[in-house]
Amino acid sequence: MALRTLLSCRTLAAAVKPELGFSVGLRSLVTFSLPDLPYDYGALEPAISGEIMQLHHQKHHQAYITNYNKALEQLELAMSKGDAPSVVKLQSAIKFNGGGHVNHSIFWKNLAPVREGGGEPPKGSLGWAIDTHFGSLEALAQKMSTEGAALQGSGWVWLGVDKELKKLVVETTVNQDPLVTKGPSLVPLVGIDVWEHAYYLQYKNVRPDYLKNIWKVINWKYASEVFEKECP
Amino acid sequence: MGSFCFHTSAVPSSHLLSGTDCTYGLGGLKLGNLRKIPFSRTHKASKVLAFYGLKKPPYKLDALEPYMSKRTLEMHWGELHRGYVEGLNKQLEQNDILYGYTMDELIKATYNNGNPLPEFNNAAQVWNHNFFWESMEPRGGDMPKLGLLDQIEKDFGSFTNFKEKFVDAALTLFGSGWVWLVLKRQERRLEVVKTSNAINPLVWNDIPIINLDVWEHAYYLDYKNDRAAYVKNFLDHLVSWDVATARMIRAEAFVNLGEPKIPVA
Repeated sequence: MALRTLLSCRTLAAAVKPELGFSVGLRSLVTFSLPDLPYDYGALEPAISGEIMQLHHQKHHQAYITNYNKALEQLELAMSKGDAPSVVKLQSAIKFNGGGHVNHSIFWKNLAPVREGGGEPPKGSLGWAIDTHFGSLEALAQKMSTEGAALQGSGWVWLGVDKELKKLVVETTVNQDPLVTKGPSLVPLVGIDVWEHAYYLQYKNVRPDYLKNIWKVINWKYASEVFEKECP
Repeated sequence: MGSFCFHTSAVPSSHLLSGTDCTYGLGGLKLGNLRKIPFSRTHKASKVLAFYGLKKPPYKLDALEPYMSKRTLEMHWGELHRGYVEGLNKQLEQNDILYGYTMDELIKATYNNGNPLPEFNNAAQVWNHNFFWESMEPRGGDMPKLGLLDQIEKDFGSFTNFKEKFVDAALTLFGSGWVWLVLKRQERRLEVVKTSNAINPLVWNDIPIINLDVWEHAYYLDYKNDRAAYVKNFLDHLVSWDVATARMIRAEAFVNLGEPKIPVA
């Protein structure tokens, strides 16, 4: 099955590039591990506190990875037994935990300390595309902050690019749904976690303040890289 | 088991008993809708506002320590719950149709069969949180007794099994939501149900008996990400089986659970 081939390709990759964040198991089932943060926990202060970064990375992201690995193991077992009901039942756990891993891996790259360029506006083609589509970076930030604040419950707010239509979109997803659930050709550029665990200890109920401050540590260099790859 | 208040706002009212709606002002006085002031001599009509008040939990804010801290209650009740009430009142100010509804009717109407209107989130969260504060008591936990225990044992096999199901529901609820022990009208049995965000079993016409808030804001300050410890402490030390029993007694007026087991001499 396609999934199997994908897994075995990754297996070869892992043997060559261990920093990709997964390793080979006994039955060549790829398991995932927590990627390192490219900065210290406290490096994003005062926009995001060190306490939150540590809990977010070491507890929440780790839990998603652990449960994702568990679900994949159970999936492999169910697939090998041809147990269709179990395969289908596992989908929500895979979507949630796998999505959590995918989303948070992007999130850590979306953030950077101020001294490493966090908050610096994007230059080049992404900056131009933002100005064309939204008017200005401030307008984009305003739009994303408004949509993020209005999201009820848990979820994410995204700046993405539609790689077919070559245009920028702002979308929200619920829980840990990745951006691709809103459109198969959407590629995430910047994702902002609006789950309460992302801000509660520091901002309490005031999600709008968190959304206002996070722009100071957004890593536009990474977003530009992704954008230029999709829209050369 | 000591005294407990029979809070009519904590159980769904049927349309036959609609006198007992849940509009309480601050301080617990039942105000209902503000009465229309008659036209003054200048024929200036006063604006009629229906409003909901923020009801206080039936215990002091530090009474649930150390299982739920005073700081959590100050934020959760004092700010978040209050925010929902104020948000709802602001929305109702703009809406001529909805302001006359009782809380239960409002929830069902704004749920709109799965396509919720903007007022639903506020209305349902106000109700859910009222229900939640009343579902807890200082030095709670322990076990239900008599009829409620019998019903739980009948529907879950054992009280331990019910607790397992409850904990499992809380831990497998992805995202934000609530866990409920609910009496299902159609099936005539107790079940553990989990709902997302603001949804509550009233929208399916079922009767809630207790609930637990598993939005992260409910436990993050005290337990960080350890939802399991939070649920365990709720069941072992906070849940009020007295209130649950009262709710169950009232629910049995609407759902026939069969003949009581009368021991034969």
